[in-house]
Amino acid sequence: MIEFEIDGVKVKAEPGETIIQAADRAGVYIPRFCYHKKLSIAANCRMCLVEIEKAPKPTPACAFPASQDMKVFTRSPVALKAQRAVMEFLLINHPLDCPVCDQGGECELQDLSMGYGEGVSQYTERKKCVDDEDIGPLISTYMTRCIKCTRCVRFGDEIAGMPEIGAVNRGEDTEISTYVGKSVKSEVSGNIIDICPVGALTSKPYKFTARAWELKQHASIAPHDCLGSNIYIHTASNQYQKGREVKRVVPLDNEKINETWLSDRDRFSYEGLNSENRVTRPMIKQGGKWIETDWQSAMDMAYQGFAKIVEMKNPDAIGGLISPSATTEEHYLFQQLLRAIGTNNIDHRIRQIDFSDSMDSPTFPGLSINIEELEKQDTIVLIGSNIRHEQPLAGVRVRKAWKNGGKVLAINPVKRNYNFDTAKEMTVGISNMVPFLSEVVKALADKYKNKRFIEWLKDIKPSQDAIDFAEEIDKGVETAILLGADSLSHPQAGAIKSLVIAILAILQKGNYGELTTGANSAGAWLAGAVPHRLPTGENDSAGLNAQQMFSQPLDGYLLHGVEPEFDVANPQQALTALRYAPHVVVLSPFVSETMKDYANVILPIGAFSEISGSYVNVEGTTQRFRSANAPMGEARPGWKVLRVMGNFFEFEGFDYKDLEEVQMSFKEESDDDRKFERPMLYMKQDFVAHKPKGLIRIVDWPMYRVDATTRYAKSLQKTISDEERSARIHSKTVKQLKLNIPSGHMVEVIQNDESIQVKLVIDDNVPEKHVYLPAGLEETAGFGEVAGIVEVKIP
Amino acid sequence: MSDTTQEKLQLGILSKDVIKHIDHWCTKFPEEKKQSAIIPALRYAQDAAGGWLSEDLIKAVADYLDVPHIKAFEVATFYSMFDLEPVGKYKIAVCDNISCKLNGADKIVDHIKRRLGVNCGETTEDGRYILRTCECMAACTNAPMMQINDREYHENLTLEKVDEILDDIDKQEDGK
Repeated sequence: MIEFEIDGVKVKAEPGETIIQAADRAGVYIPRFCYHKKLSIAANCRMCLVEIEKAPKPTPACAFPASQDMKVFTRSPVALKAQRAVMEFLLINHPLDCPVCDQGGECELQDLSMGYGEGVSQYTERKKCVDDEDIGPLISTYMTRCIKCTRCVRFGDEIAGMPEIGAVNRGEDTEISTYVGKSVKSEVSGNIIDICPVGALTSKPYKFTARAWELKQHASIAPHDCLGSNIYIHTASNQYQKGREVKRVVPLDNEKINETWLSDRDRFSYEGLNSENRVTRPMIKQGGKWIETDWQSAMDMAYQGFAKIVEMKNPDAIGGLISPSATTEEHYLFQQLLRAIGTNNIDHRIRQIDFSDSMDSPTFPGLSINIEELEKQDTIVLIGSNIRHEQPLAGVRVRKAWKNGGKVLAINPVKRNYNFDTAKEMTVGISNMVPFLSEVVKALADKYKNKRFIEWLKDIKPSQDAIDFAEEIDKGVETAILLGADSLSHPQAGAIKSLVIAILAILQKGNYGELTTGANSAGAWLAGAVPHRLPTGENDSAGLNAQQMFSQPLDGYLLHGVEPEFDVANPQQALTALRYAPHVVVLSPFVSETMKDYANVILPIGAFSEISGSYVNVEGTTQRFRSANAPMGEARPGWKVLRVMGNFFEFEGFDYKDLEEVQMSFKEESDDDRKFERPMLYMKQDFVAHKPKGLIRIVDWPMYRVDATTRYAKSLQKTISDEERSARIHSKTVKQLKLNIPSGHMVEVIQNDESIQVKLVIDDNVPEKHVYLPAGLEETAGFGEVAGIVEVKIP
Repeated sequence: MSDTTQEKLQLGILSKDVIKHIDHWCTKFPEEKKQSAIIPALRYAQDAAGGWLSEDLIKAVADYLDVPHIKAFEVATFYSMFDLEPVGKYKIAVCDNISCKLNGADKIVDHIKRRLGVNCGETTEDGRYILRTCECMAACTNAPMMQINDREYHENLTLEKVDEILDDIDKQEDGK
């Protein structure tokens, strides 16, 4: 520790720390533009010039390391003169258009020119203008306002791994540009809006819709991935209608989770909240026609339908599916309601197809380390994970680990486009995931002469690739093995999990993580929104799981925030079952034509900004949040609807007065502080290779098609490329199938006797004998299932 | 890593000879610091392509060095020795900084302007010359000076000497 003085105040600093870092910690503000605590030091704006005793000239505080007994003056005449001069230079080419600039009111340049600038400029020459570039549907550019701090360039290079923006030309002509007018493609691109200190980069969807001072700020939690990024929801009142409208979402700093960043999905999904597909009044189907009605009659109809099924058949003819992104309180009430009706057919694992390890699974699937510890791992093994798309900010951490010299290994069914290098990457297709992993386990068992595992996998002979892979894993000191969506919705998910546990068991080190889909999978498990486990954590006789509820059609369905044609692993089966079911009640913020086709009652519930509740993230942290605005129209928070539904049944224990009582009740029943436990070693799996005959369909959910809110967010939808909407096939397989057409032409894809037409993209990143066709798209709505057999031909 | 394969351009745009030079320059830097070879790589690419760099050529160089396109664009737009549109075959750069100016650089520039019938920054109609002024080239002791094709220095210039140099080039070119 060294000690020095800033403006006469004694300040401590680590050796090597710069003056600005020490000053920030001590609460002394030094003006700056190019300096950002998360980015490398550029020292090119010169705004942070300070006077240092005995130094001949003013010195940039962001680049100068503090030293013992140094005396720094931030407000001395020398420092002030320097700051004023720099400010004057910065404003030379800056337009005086604050009244029409979106950054006005929250602009660093505006603020600093008030605080540190002069009222008058001596500059009378012509100002320079710069052409704007279209860099995509999310970010709006106005490059004349740019002061060339290069924060966005450094963010692209260092954090996002999207070196698409740079500083071209020289001197006065320098411009920040992609040079060739490319759009900026990154899952975290929106952060350059925040770090831009002026109005050069602003949000396109938010553009000209509100002023910073009209907005009210509400802290909340992002509802799209299992990290639970902290956000601020900004709302404004609307003069033409009641209530407040969400205008934008920005990050709320939380070093433990999202640092200062936010993924584009979390930032721009709010557009879905104001979509015209919102349902604002309860709706019932009568004689094949939809009518809007009041809550009383809609709830009564919902209740009557279920009561009739219970009376005529039995409660087990009813099942309920809830979105993994619903709040813990909703999950809790959802299962409470269905269990009170008398059925255990409850599930939130809508994208899982293998449930073989359910009974032995730990309290909740998650990560055995904290999210921030990810960047400290020296070895990260990604198994079936497209981490950049699934949990963008976890991807940022992995990239950081790699930049710090860590090593990333990956096994994927299809080659993923990472923004870090992999030391070893295996693209094995769907059917070879388990065989390859078992070879890795065997290789490790052989190496350590572990009899138990050698015996367990006695028929398996490791290939050289598997031996090398095992060797790389073994070299790690701090190792994290992360399972992504491709593993969790794999037909042999249980086997994959047990093999990963086996690796950790042999090595006696390493961290385990399941990066679950949805925002609150952990909360759903804790609240008992699974068919076999109660909120207390005890196993119960298992009801039907998410798959079985559709493969063994039921009479009554209760859906909460799920759009089965997009969201579930077997949309085709789901739609068939729902269409035949006599009674389907849907709780949803949105309505679609498909929903009107299968549902009988649609009850409008609040979307993410409109409800209070809590999420449990992947590391097991419970984060509570309050609603930012009232539910649209007559919509009600999901928990209230479920509670009133319980009252219609006249069940006991449904007289919660407010959300706190629900939370209390949940806390009493379940030990809310249950920590994540690593899954137990589970060796019951037999490794019958999953070897279907024919072309196997690789399915994932594109980044901006994961849930209803995201799907209705217009700007995000515009960023989905044609390639993502196509059937991607390896060039050799295309030849074998005798498809003599180039990329871009239409092909017919047939699965389970149903066919759709999509574009063909010949892509050698997809393994042979596979067709990579995502779910969740308009093109694939209600089509097929995960990992099934497909046929492809020319229509 | 940075771009999808489809966006990558055919490397065929770079001739074997240019690639040989780039490879040679790459050996001078650590394997992971190929970015350092952008300047020499662009230079050879420019010479082979008739004195200027097209967008596709810059991308091809970036792809060959496995650096993001923008990194090569930054370099290509920064240095005045790279031309981004077709220019004359002979690039005349007359220094007009202080020493040269005091020793009559303006007269030299005016003379060349009249002889070639172009203004500064313009290419002659036959595409043979482009005239430019440039910043100090560290030849003040022998001012005024000019440089041809980013390589040859001509110092202690007089109007006669300039004519001689240009006559030589004309003779050489006409003789072809």
